[in-house]
Amino acid sequence: MSGARLDLGGVTKHFRGLRAVHEVSFTVPAGAIHALIGPNGAGKTTIFNMIAGVYAPNGGVVRLDGKAISGLRPDLICDAGVGRTFQLVKPFKGLSVLENVTVGALHRKPRLAEAQESANAILARLGLYDRRHQLAESLTLPDRKRLEVARALATEPKLLLLDEVMAGLRPTEVDVMVGFLRELNQRSGLTILLIEHVMRAVMALAAEVVVVSYGEKIAEGTPQEISRHQAVLDVYLGEQEEL
Amino acid sequence: MSFIRRLAGNAPPRILWSLGVLLALLLLAPALLGKYWLSVLILILYFAYVGQAWNILMGFAGQLSLGHALYAGLGGYIAAGLYFHYGIGPWAGLFAAVAVAGVAGAIVGYLGFRFSLAGVYFALLTIAFAEFTRVAFDHWGWAGGSGGLFLKVEHATDIVNLRGGPVLFYYLILALAAGAFILCRALLRSRLGQYWLAIREDAEAAQAVGVPVLRCKMIAIVISAALTSLAGVWNAFYYNNLFPETAFAMGRSIEITLAPIIGGLGTLFGPIVGAVVLTGLGEAFTDLGDVLRIPGIKQIFYGLALLVIVAYRPAGVWPWLADKLGLKERQP
Repeated sequence: MSGARLDLGGVTKHFRGLRAVHEVSFTVPAGAIHALIGPNGAGKTTIFNMIAGVYAPNGGVVRLDGKAISGLRPDLICDAGVGRTFQLVKPFKGLSVLENVTVGALHRKPRLAEAQESANAILARLGLYDRRHQLAESLTLPDRKRLEVARALATEPKLLLLDEVMAGLRPTEVDVMVGFLRELNQRSGLTILLIEHVMRAVMALAAEVVVVSYGEKIAEGTPQEISRHQAVLDVYLGEQEEL
Repeated sequence: MSFIRRLAGNAPPRILWSLGVLLALLLLAPALLGKYWLSVLILILYFAYVGQAWNILMGFAGQLSLGHALYAGLGGYIAAGLYFHYGIGPWAGLFAAVAVAGVAGAIVGYLGFRFSLAGVYFALLTIAFAEFTRVAFDHWGWAGGSGGLFLKVEHATDIVNLRGGPVLFYYLILALAAGAFILCRALLRSRLGQYWLAIREDAEAAQAVGVPVLRCKMIAIVISAALTSLAGVWNAFYYNNLFPETAFAMGRSIEITLAPIIGGLGTLFGPIVGAVVLTGLGEAFTDLGDVLRIPGIKQIFYGLALLVIVAYRPAGVWPWLADKLGLKERQP
């Protein structure tokens, strides 16, 4: 497993006249961790959905290691090496925790026994091993968030898209997840792009931050630069204490 | 041997032994049972088999078909028609039956899945196809139209042309039911089977982890339709007559769905347990009706019994029974 470089070039998405995302461009170098932040409704999840193939952009292109992937089906984009989690978690509720992750692992390891083996290893790393035979629907929200990450990792991605996996976690749990992601990134060189409202996590993880508002990129830079950026402060006026 | 070991997987030894004993008893059944009980057993195996076939699409892949009579009817008519008109035996005819039913399944599936019809809307599509096929067969001379198609009843056993008595058809349906059980077990332990379960639970999340959703659903409906068509072939040669009004009837489609629903959707033993319960109840209430001499009492009791089972065991009888018997599969 190693990381891939992500390029967004002038990516645009309209929903019946509503301009959800307008000509957004940024790059995440291979092996880097970047964050995508912005107020609610800024278009962050829409950007994720275009990278992951849920929507085809109306304009612009998404490239993974230089290869255009925009417009492909989600399963083919997974094939190309993009793993993603869902903001509103989507566990396979009626299946066990192990089965959930096994489905992801089967993508690269078609034999059930091998897929289960690698799923178990991932569950152990995320602290879900003891719950592997529970039904996914019986998990608490923090555990479901972890399950989302485990299932995405099981597909052996080169780029991991994390959509608010820290939301709802207690500060100590946030630190555990941050530690896990940092170690994962250092050990495997996996590229990570995260949408996050928990600034504690953004500050600790991201080398660079992209800020979007009303569908447009308004700033880009290191977390320190961003926290002093006037346009960003204006957007976040009501939430200043969080920054 | 390794195939058998792989198939057994983590199943508890008790379940394997019980299955072995059950199979031995079923093989000996014609020697042990009288005519009546053999006919009951034939019914059970028939419903277990078609239930297993339907369960692949609904229980595994999560797509509700209420028109499976289409595939059984097509299978029966094609094999019987080829035999009736051209003397082509059913062992050859069944390939044509499977092919036609598979294509029909692919058409229904493509229209439904490509255009993302889900839940009841997909179910309506399946009903519509079964219905207009029924109307078409009503007017199709080759298939005998609404007057039906009849095969000559012969008592001498002729395996090549599937002519003979209940014992022959008992062993055929036993082979089908056992084969479908093994096939479903193997499917569930394959990547395809796991992908089906993921699609059933959440298609969007499944696609995000690399599951080719449309392709997997198409495979599910084609396998399900093909297996169901074999039940139709068996049916046609066992009963020796076919009418569009019954072969493609809504009631026929519903009857196919009952055993897995009562027994436990998406489980391997559900269709079998459901078939035993339903056929048992049906026979018991028929007897009760004969004793009480009240017309229609059978249907009322049957309906009430289904209501009670669905109300108290919404996940089906098998998951509850497996729990009681301590037969939960060990996990790796």
